[in-house]
Amino acid sequence: MELKNITKIFPGVTALNDMSIALQKGQIHGLIGENGAGKSTLIKVLSGVFSPEKGEILIEGEKTHFSNPIEAKKHGITCVYQELNIAKDLSITDNLFMGEYVKSKIGLLDYRYMNTKAKQIMDEMGQEIEISKLCGQLGIGQQQMVEIGRSILLDAKVIILDEPTSSLGEKEAKLLFEIVRKLKEKGKAILFVSHKLEEIFDLCDVVTVMRDAKHIATVPASKVTKDQLISYMVGRTLDNLFPKTPSKSGEIALEVKDFSSVGQYRDVNFQARYGQVLGFAGLVGAGRTELFRGIFAADKRDSGEVFINGEKQDIKNPAQAIKGKIAFMTEDRKLQGLVLSESVMRNICLVNLDSLKKGLLLDYKKIKKQAEDCVSQLRIKTENINKVVGELSGGNQQKVVIGKWMNVDADIYVFDEPTRGIDVGAKIEVYNIINKLVEQNKCVIMISSELPEIIGMSDRVIVMRSGKIMAEIDRVSDNFNQEDIMKAAWGGKL
Amino acid sequence: MRLFKRDRSKKMPAFIGPLFAVLVLAMILAITNDRFLYIANIMNILRQTSINALIALGMLMVMLTGGIDISVGSISVLSGCVMGVLMKSGVSSDVVLILAGLMTGILCGTLNGMLFTQMELPHPFVSTMGTLMIFRGLALFITGAAPISGFGSGVLFLGYSNVFTVIPASFVLVIVFYIIMSVFLNRTALGRKIYTVGGNQEAARLSGISVKKTLNFTYIMSGFMASVAGIVLIGRISSASPIANETANMDAIASCVVGGTSFLGGKGTVAGVLVGAMLIGVINNGLDLLGAQTDVKFMVIGAVIIGAVFLDVVRNKAEEKSRRLAQAKAMGDLEAGKDGLTIG
Repeated sequence: MELKNITKIFPGVTALNDMSIALQKGQIHGLIGENGAGKSTLIKVLSGVFSPEKGEILIEGEKTHFSNPIEAKKHGITCVYQELNIAKDLSITDNLFMGEYVKSKIGLLDYRYMNTKAKQIMDEMGQEIEISKLCGQLGIGQQQMVEIGRSILLDAKVIILDEPTSSLGEKEAKLLFEIVRKLKEKGKAILFVSHKLEEIFDLCDVVTVMRDAKHIATVPASKVTKDQLISYMVGRTLDNLFPKTPSKSGEIALEVKDFSSVGQYRDVNFQARYGQVLGFAGLVGAGRTELFRGIFAADKRDSGEVFINGEKQDIKNPAQAIKGKIAFMTEDRKLQGLVLSESVMRNICLVNLDSLKKGLLLDYKKIKKQAEDCVSQLRIKTENINKVVGELSGGNQQKVVIGKWMNVDADIYVFDEPTRGIDVGAKIEVYNIINKLVEQNKCVIMISSELPEIIGMSDRVIVMRSGKIMAEIDRVSDNFNQEDIMKAAWGGKL
Repeated sequence: MRLFKRDRSKKMPAFIGPLFAVLVLAMILAITNDRFLYIANIMNILRQTSINALIALGMLMVMLTGGIDISVGSISVLSGCVMGVLMKSGVSSDVVLILAGLMTGILCGTLNGMLFTQMELPHPFVSTMGTLMIFRGLALFITGAAPISGFGSGVLFLGYSNVFTVIPASFVLVIVFYIIMSVFLNRTALGRKIYTVGGNQEAARLSGISVKKTLNFTYIMSGFMASVAGIVLIGRISSASPIANETANMDAIASCVVGGTSFLGGKGTVAGVLVGAMLIGVINNGLDLLGAQTDVKFMVIGAVIIGAVFLDVVRNKAEEKSRRLAQAKAMGDLEAGKDGLTIG
């Protein structure tokens, strides 16, 4: 299977730019890249979820086109996504044959055949389990085996594994590798997407590196070093997109001690100071968002203490966190930040609605003034404040999320991926807002998966991996560069 | 500055369709049936609509949060029966009886809220289906399944009397409640929070809004409005009956839905619900005048509900499309550099 010069454009973003990749029979092909490099889009083009604007897809030399995942499946391409597609209340057999049921002569389901076949497939993968078991009773590793079993059942030629080990323990991962190697011996072409370099070296024959929606390099895994791969992934010069203003180091605003939540983050300790930007770097799934949701009490944590201005705080819900002067600009503006069906005005006044009253009733003069001031200060582009937020562009929606928190008297501002999915112009405006907060001696924490942004805006960087802090790097340190941060994010020692 | 000009593209409210339907239907009925326009008949429609309109107003609050309360019919009946039992046991003050009725509604609503928010039952449909049966059973139990009559004029007044000789007191009550509720939903912080919780619960929570308190409040209001309707019901049938008001749940939901309230929450207006309740009232009355029986009435109202919701679906799709177009245009403007953003 081969992809040639594929380009895929979403409104405002080019997700794949002239991307080519060739998957050979009997070969395990690794795919790595930073967050947002275009890996997911590539997988979705391969498996028929997206159709590309330009370029061609070749299967065994023949040009093909598929408009949906079912057609891709017919061509022998299957994908095991990170989020498994398993019906937990159905048996292993039912899950394996989902959508591909085998019927007997009289039109009923032929369970005798399906059960035998299911048993055979699970045995082949070294899984000696009762196939009538419900999938919900299996561990994640075994559920994944069931998904891989589907590919075997379909006799797929190409199997895509999207970060298959992200939720597996070491033992399960080893077992998975054995199965992947077996599939390779059977002549399948395998695309293995991973965030772990060791795995790539352990398992893959060739590695393709992506960056900024483009193909950067395809090299045999035996002829490349870790550092080389990292430099391929980063290999970008910093442009002057970051209007960073000099800052001073103030008192400690926020201190977090021994924060833990099973499966999300462990023993996290850090301090954030006034008048500074503290960057949180790491790969997607490193536990950064979860950590701050824990601090903000949006989710429960297992243990840990929060100190604000040196005083211990007992924060039980977001409302109390806001009282403790924390503002949390969430990562997903559509799901967590905005009420899309409501107007710009109503969204801007969401957090401090209780202070906009005159007697019992809301004071619409105040509300309008606050919304209008906010729109002009943050330069939100909207026809008027009554426009429904869902109709604005992504960048302007993001500014509404920020605007909502600007009217709250906060000291600590947490920005979670503040510039995701917005264009360059709007990004700079967001950076300017951050600068302004720093000038006002506020404490700013910025979670970002974009390294240039981390480097460009932070005074100090904390790098997380698998829920743990790997490194803390000051702006003046020699390690304050993309390569070293990336190294720490991928589990390397500085 | 373009920013502060009035938006001329302001959308029509969702209830325009049903309102139009009410007027057309009324015209047809006025032409085909000379009894329709009699003052007595019009007042009769208002009287018949009152109970449903009151219950639907509470239902609106719950539906705005994305929930539902199917126990309202039972609550209205239980409230009346509690009053009846108290009266039989010697309580003679109308004020006390009315307060007891309202208190019953508030308690029932509190229970509904707690089942959903504290015990975390999966969906209010389930919890209120349980209480629907419990409250109805309780009403049958305390009354011994027999209606209780003999209420004083103070209790009967709301459902029975007219003000200014022709206007039913119950409809005046409806108007008063609709005005209060309209102000409440649009002009108080709690009112707006109800819309926010329905529009995006997670965003509401992360903005420091207490979602559980807000949800509890809506169920309490729903119970309260049902008990108000229960008192009006006593006046209409001049007794407290444990077997009355059986279709009240569905009528109230139908009024909300026909009036443009979204099942997903966050969308719906007080005016829309009133129009919805009126439409159902006019259809019922028209069919009565035409001599139709319950069978035909059920079928017609069923078709009207489906038609109204279908209209809503079509309108939502069109809105969604225009939203995407507007967003694409916003993106296009950015790319063309019309945004006035300074880059670099």
